[in-house]
Amino acid sequence: MASVSDAELKKMSQDERVKALGMTTEQLTGKSLYIEFDPGAEERFIYPWAPVVDFNKRVELDTDKLTTREVNKKIRELMSEGYGTIVLQNPRGKHSLGVGILSKLNLIVEGSLGYFGVGLIDGPNVRINGRVGWSCGENMMAGTVVVEKNAGSTFGAAIRGGDLVCKGSVGSRTGIDMKGGTIIVGGDTGALSGFMMQRGRMVVCGNAGKNLGDSMYDGTIYVGGDIKSLGVDAVEKPLTDLDKAWLTRKLKQYELLPSKGVDHFKKIVAGKQLWNYDNLEPTEKKLIL
Amino acid sequence: MAGKQYRGSEIKDVDQFLKDSAGLESEREKEIGQHIGYRYDVNLVPDYGRLTPYLKKYMEVMGWDDLNWLEDVHMGYEEGSPAVFDRNNNGWVRIPDSIELPDNQQDRDMIARELLLKFQMSDRHPLVTLRKAYMKF
Repeated sequence: MASVSDAELKKMSQDERVKALGMTTEQLTGKSLYIEFDPGAEERFIYPWAPVVDFNKRVELDTDKLTTREVNKKIRELMSEGYGTIVLQNPRGKHSLGVGILSKLNLIVEGSLGYFGVGLIDGPNVRINGRVGWSCGENMMAGTVVVEKNAGSTFGAAIRGGDLVCKGSVGSRTGIDMKGGTIIVGGDTGALSGFMMQRGRMVVCGNAGKNLGDSMYDGTIYVGGDIKSLGVDAVEKPLTDLDKAWLTRKLKQYELLPSKGVDHFKKIVAGKQLWNYDNLEPTEKKLIL
Repeated sequence: MAGKQYRGSEIKDVDQFLKDSAGLESEREKEIGQHIGYRYDVNLVPDYGRLTPYLKKYMEVMGWDDLNWLEDVHMGYEEGSPAVFDRNNNGWVRIPDSIELPDNQQDRDMIARELLLKFQMSDRHPLVTLRKAYMKF
């Protein structure tokens, strides 16, 4: 790959940049395992492009008169100036606030958020001192999000990593299509929670609505209260000592550990009946079609 | 349409997919010529008594009390080699032969987390070039 400076890249169009970096000649097939870890790699803790921020450097941002786009842009600017703690005042239920933050940051929201709050994040610690609308933490990759009050439906939709916590109750389809990470609900969760879950962990301290874990392929759901009904292919399994240790640690972290401990929690997993390997494989289908 | 029963095989030995890379055990797996399911327990929660010093430091830097997203990272086995799936690269990254593997999955997972983290934070990660090519200046 030819060495091209950032200043030169900046002057180019996207197509020119891709060519200059030698990416169009790359073969994408048969590349499984083509990279090996370097055991002597340097110890670093943030992505090479991430801004260096200091948690002790704090700033408050009044979002009342700003649009969502202006607020999100301002957050990035403040991070590039080294601010590690940003407090958003007067969010007034704006949608899509704090999305796409891709490195460490303490973000405190003094109020409630609308739809798709703090989605697509990779690393920040977010505290929301209010409620959130639909799909909070959607597609979250890493970090922690703690909502002090209640949350709407599809809380943590398609989450891939990190801890997403609602200390109150949440709506239906919590953790729909989740592919990793941990969702914790301090209160109750609605119908179809964990629908099509593929992996990750969901902890519900209160009750769960109808069809919990419907069509789940993998992952684990822990429920402290009653379950109205289990969905297709969701089955109960005994809690292990490792499960109990993990649950106790996690719930204590977010001050949600019940006074009676975690022994009463039920563990729900996939029965794996929906793994359609007993149906025809694509090649078999081709043969008979 | 739902299947009638799980027709894969259970993982019994931590070295199962190193000794036998295909790992075909059940009748259905032999019939279709591929292993069904993951080659490690995706639901295994971490044992925090086995954290490495580097992982402890990472948690401190990020302001986390636990492994956060790394709880979902495990050592897997691909083509007869130990490897880790890198979600930022959408592919398996091989563990070098020079690294001696412990005899249990929990310690292997901690090694996997440490190696993946160092790789993702390094300049040799493919995302660095991808970012340069596609980022909006």
